[in-house]
Order: sequence, then C-alpha cells, then structure tokens
Amino acid sequence: MQASAAPIFKRGPSLLTRLAFFSLLSLSFIVADVRFRYLEEIRAGVSVALYPLQEVAAMPGALFSRMGDFFVTQASLSRENEQLKRERLLSGAASQRVRALESENEQLRRIVNAEPVPGRTPTVAEILYESRDPFTRKVVIDRGAMHDMKTGLSVVDHRGVIGQITRVFPLVSEVSLLTDKSQSIPVQNVRSGVRSITFGLGHDGAVELRFVSVNSDMQVGDLLVTSGIDGTFPPGLPVAKVTRIDPNAASFARIHCAPIAGVSSFNRVVVLSPGPERPENPLATAGKTAAPTASPTPRKP
Amino acid sequence: MSWNSLGDNIHDDEILLPVRGGYILVTMLGALLLNLIPLPGWVSSAMPDFVAVILLYWSVFQAHRVGLWPAWVMGLLMDVADASLFGQHAAAYCALAFAGIFLHRRIQMFPMSYQIAHVLGILLGQQALQLVVRLAASAEPPDMLYFVSSLTGAALWPAVVVILMLPMRRSRHPNEV
Repeated sequence: MQASAAPIFKRGPSLLTRLAFFSLLSLSFIVADVRFRYLEEIRAGVSVALYPLQEVAAMPGALFSRMGDFFVTQASLSRENEQLKRERLLSGAASQRVRALESENEQLRRIVNAEPVPGRTPTVAEILYESRDPFTRKVVIDRGAMHDMKTGLSVVDHRGVIGQITRVFPLVSEVSLLTDKSQSIPVQNVRSGVRSITFGLGHDGAVELRFVSVNSDMQVGDLLVTSGIDGTFPPGLPVAKVTRIDPNAASFARIHCAPIAGVSSFNRVVVLSPGPERPENPLATAGKTAAPTASPTPRKP
Repeated sequence: MSWNSLGDNIHDDEILLPVRGGYILVTMLGALLLNLIPLPGWVSSAMPDFVAVILLYWSVFQAHRVGLWPAWVMGLLMDVADASLFGQHAAAYCALAFAGIFLHRRIQMFPMSYQIAHVLGILLGQQALQLVVRLAASAEPPDMLYFVSSLTGAALWPAVVVILMLPMRRSRHPNEV
C-alpha cells in the first residue's frame, strides 16, 4: 500500500546489526551517565536545541492561565487584594523586627570579633515544567548557567525548602525536589534541637528521617528546619513536619514527615546564592580533592 | 506513479503517494512538541508517549525509509527533556523501531484490532525496557500508573494511522478511471 520502492538488493548492514550497534551505543551512554557523569556537555547542547520547542510547548498552558486571569471576578480580586494588604502589614512588622535583630546581632558579633554572616542574594525563577520521568522528582526552572546558576544551590518558596539544583544547562536548570530519592537535607528539630537528616522517598508528599534512636526527643507535629551544617542550605528554613513515628524493634525509629513547601504545587521559586566558603572536609580531602557533590551524603548523623 | 512499488500493496485498493522526508520530520517534531507540553502530575503519566507512537507508525509503514537512527536521536532528545538517564529513551526507542520494522509486513496485513494489540505489546515492551534500565541504575520502582501511557498510546493508534495517511492520499480526479 506504500508507494515507496523497496530496494531489490539489500544495502548496508542488516537490521539486527544496526540494532546491536545502537543498543551498545545507548548502553555506553547510560553507563557514562550513571557511573562517570560524562556527556554533560552533549546534554547541555541538546538542551539548548530543545529550548525553543519547550517554549512553544508551554505556550498553550500559559495562554490558558492568562485567559483564566482575564475572567477573574472583581470580588475575588478585591478579596485577594485585601488579604495581601493584611499579609504585607504583618510581614512588614516582622521584617522590621528582623532588621532590628540583624543590626543588633551584627553589633554583638563585632563585640566578640566574629565574622559577619554574609547574606544570600535571592533569584526568582519560574518553573517551566515537571519532569515526566516517573522515577525521579525533578522540576525544570527557567534560569541556567547564563544566569549564574550552579549545582548545589538551594531552592525555596515562601513556605520553605523545595530542593536543590542538581544539573545546570545554559538556559535552564534541573531542581531535584526534597522528595526525590537522591535528596537528603540535614535538619534540626525546632522544639528539641535534635539533629537528623531527611531522606526523600521518591514519591510526593513524604520524606523520612532514618537512624534516629528510639529514645531521641521527636514528637508528631514537630517542625524540622535546615540545620545548616551541610554548608549548602542556610540554617533555619522550614523543611518538614513530623507526621508519624514508627518505633522499630531495632534501635532506630522510622520517622515519617510531610514537606512544608508545596513541593508539587508552585510555579515560582527562589534560588539562594551560595553561602560563605567553608573549610574543606578533612574526611573528603584525605582521599582526593573534594568535588562539590550535588547532595550532601551523610556518613552518619 | 511508480509501478515498481505495486508488489507491496496487493492487499489494499488504494495506492498512496510517496512520502516526503520532510513530512516524516515534521510529524516527529510535532510529536516531540506534544510530549513537551507541561501537564500536572497524574495527567502527564496517563498521556501517551507521542514520540514512541509516531516512531512506531513510521517504522511500520515506511520500514524501508526509516531506520533506527531517527529513533535513537529522538530518544536522546526525550532523555534531555525528561531529565532521565542519557540513553534510556534512545535504547528503548531503538528496540521499538526494530520491532516495528521487523513486524511491519504482518502489522500492515492485520485488521485494526490486531494492529492495536501489536502496538500495545511493542509499547509495553519499550516501557518495560526503560523500567529495567532504571531499576538497574537503582531507582525506586514507580506505581502501576506507569504503564497507563502504553494503553493510551495503543488507543491512539487508529487515529494516528488515519491522520498521518491523509496527506499521502491522492485526490480522486473525475477523469481518472
């Protein structure tokens, strides 16, 4: 039924040979990606080539939401405006208090000759899309190496930590959410001061604390904030709330937590610039020069 | 009209126009565009993998024109877009194109229901291959919703066959016999 001519004499290698060739090529790519993280340049090139297509693909969604904005009623707008005004008053008061505390803190630090804490400059980024890959929890944001993004930068929203930049392309970057299986964040219990580490579970809405001894002071409803000992996340950002504690027969309890930030329900995020330089990790420098790892892998909390 | 191609089409009364390479390219880019549309979580996992379906279509109906390398290139593009392992989609799409080319005479002969069954099998195999690759790279197994996109992809097959053939149909001229 097709009008294209089948070649009478076969040309080139057989189909099976070609399959073997391409399979081997793909396999070597996969191994290079998993084991050695080579080929990042090729990935970056492909990503730039894809960017216009992604922009076009995002258009109908953007248009739709703009249409939605157009038909918002006057009443809901004024209600939202009212609420925002109230929030601004509240946060204005809070930020004044913060400013006063900051200056006081700086003075005190000067008195004890401690180094001042450098602030982190925020960059607002927009989430282009959630990765379709069902095995990871990642989003792609519209800021890349051209906007000074680097791997390891922390990403937050107005409620708390979302995750960390794990791959940077020239125009976009990939953010691994804290629910991703590869993500772990050092945290501290606000109430009791107990330190631990959250581990992503690979599905939405849940992280867990491992290796917390059964007798440590953790209660359902406790707020966990970043402890800052990783040098990646600034201390004090809300991360998760304890939802359930399973005391195991072994010496460690399993603690389930729910992330605070709307891990899969936001479209604008803030990327924080890197914190102050920290001394090299003596354990890492003992073997080889420490490469900046994307996610801090803890030895033992 | 090229008469030397008639050997292929004894089982169909309609002789289609030869396909232009540009048309194949445009349909593949269109499929890629559809795959890139950002959608909320569960919708995107239920969406068919348009690129896989279009690749399968061309490897079945243009087995002599489309080899494995377009599948490989499209796979690499999907890998970067999906932030998955580099080469994961490429390997799976190559296997899919191979199955399509290998079975193309049989699939073309079949009525639509049998065609859909074949397409479903090939799409599921393609997804299973990606699953194996990811599990080997120590990923967490996904939920069963993962395979839904093969079901929707197979359900899309009749529409794809009809729509992609439209530009290849010749208009019936009244003077023609």
